[in-house]
Amino acid sequence: MKNFLQKIPEQVKRLSILLLVVVIVFIVATSLLTPKDFGLVGHYRAGAIQNNADKKMEYAGQEACADCHDDLWKTKNSSYHKNLSCEVCHGPSVNHVNEPDQFKPEKPRDRTFCPVCHEFNPSRPTGFPQIVSASHNPRRICVTCHNPHNPTPSQTPKECSACHAEISSAKSVSSHMDIPCTKCHETLEKHKLRPREYLPTKPANREFCGQCHSQDAKGDEFIPRINMATHEPRYVCWQCHYPHLPEAQ
Amino acid sequence: MKNKIIETDKKVERRSFLKKIAILALAPIAFGFLGATDKLKTVKKWMLENGYIPSNHKWGMGIDISKCIGCGRCAVACKNENNVPKEPFFFRTWVERYRIYENGDVQVDSPNGSMDGFDNSRTTNKKMLRSFFVPKICNHCDNPPCVQVCPVGATFKGEDGVVLVDSDYCVGCRYCIQACPYGARFLHPETHTAEKCTFCYHRIVQDKLPACVEVCPTQARVFGELNKKASPLVRFLRMNKIGILKPSLNTEPKVYYANLDMEVK
Repeated sequence: MKNFLQKIPEQVKRLSILLLVVVIVFIVATSLLTPKDFGLVGHYRAGAIQNNADKKMEYAGQEACADCHDDLWKTKNSSYHKNLSCEVCHGPSVNHVNEPDQFKPEKPRDRTFCPVCHEFNPSRPTGFPQIVSASHNPRRICVTCHNPHNPTPSQTPKECSACHAEISSAKSVSSHMDIPCTKCHETLEKHKLRPREYLPTKPANREFCGQCHSQDAKGDEFIPRINMATHEPRYVCWQCHYPHLPEAQ
Repeated sequence: MKNKIIETDKKVERRSFLKKIAILALAPIAFGFLGATDKLKTVKKWMLENGYIPSNHKWGMGIDISKCIGCGRCAVACKNENNVPKEPFFFRTWVERYRIYENGDVQVDSPNGSMDGFDNSRTTNKKMLRSFFVPKICNHCDNPPCVQVCPVGATFKGEDGVVLVDSDYCVGCRYCIQACPYGARFLHPETHTAEKCTFCYHRIVQDKLPACVEVCPTQARVFGELNKKASPLVRFLRMNKIGILKPSLNTEPKVYYANLDMEVK
């Protein structure tokens, strides 16, 4: 054994002592510097989760509003804005919930606020109520006609074009301009009051268009006629022709 | 020397040899058992101060693209709630507008992260084929690239599946910002630490919805548990055709998109 130790070269001995010291310093340093909760639940500081959870809330959530403003809450929930949280329009209001008298939530009255959602934009999903604010009662603030908690217009629209402006303007320049909307869409009077609950009907089959456009149909001669049996019988008409502007490609 | 070795070899008896083998085989099992019980204890003990136990939850988000109207209220609410710097380019969530034209061109824009809404003036004479809005957010990947690259263990996936940042531990090296394939991270200009969506962690531990989900006027965003059948998110996943962003990267995002277009990346 003694022989063996003596046979180890001096530099190897010194280097191995140095290595030992480095390893010990490393172990001591990591145990001192690593936070106690590091690795408790994973390769991270467990306390960081508490730090993330400790931040202050700004939005109280709509249930908190309902506790005091149950009248407005009921109105809103029975109308088109039922899915809207109060703080979408009134801003973050956790301070108002904690100290109702000291902090008042905002009430947007600007004509630019409602169009954030309701300005016409071709990228918006179809069916979402949109206006062109330049032509929609210019310079009047929205709340003079629409109660934001129950935004149904105060006046019942008389014409289809009041709501379906885009369709009616397309139709007015087409060869279908003289056909009233109700010729193709059976519309109950209730549709004007509760448009989404009472939807107008739509033509269901080829024969409906064929009433005017088939070869044996009665009517003026200038109406284009087709042979119903041979003219693409696999498709319904509006897959290729847009009925409100049939000239369009 | 050679003789000595041979002598000692002879002294090893069968009985003591078998004993030693048995001890050697049992020792790691015993140590492993001790280690396991120790771990069980910490998992059982570990919860937040308000009693929220991360391992009981698994959070995710659903986004229905056909419902998004591009109003940008989510981006505004996120900045209010999380103290995100107000200048543009710092966003935890934002909305992109996709415009796809008949010649196949795709135009994607997000002016000020959608916070001021979208201008609908036409910039081109090309005919539009289809157009829609896509809300973007940290995908809280189940296999997060940002966590893999963090050199100090400052970003991590918690037991509830939420990817968080330890801002006390972050050294601001920006590796995670580079690694995120969804561009969901940024460096906070004042603290110089990485920042990202936390699913509003301070809200969800109190049973509140994240701010963006709370204010979404058309319920385009759905938030909930992934492993509880009654959660609104599981219903959302059941009722819709679901897509995820960049599935080829195998990041396994926990933000699920309904009616996702193939152009969205």
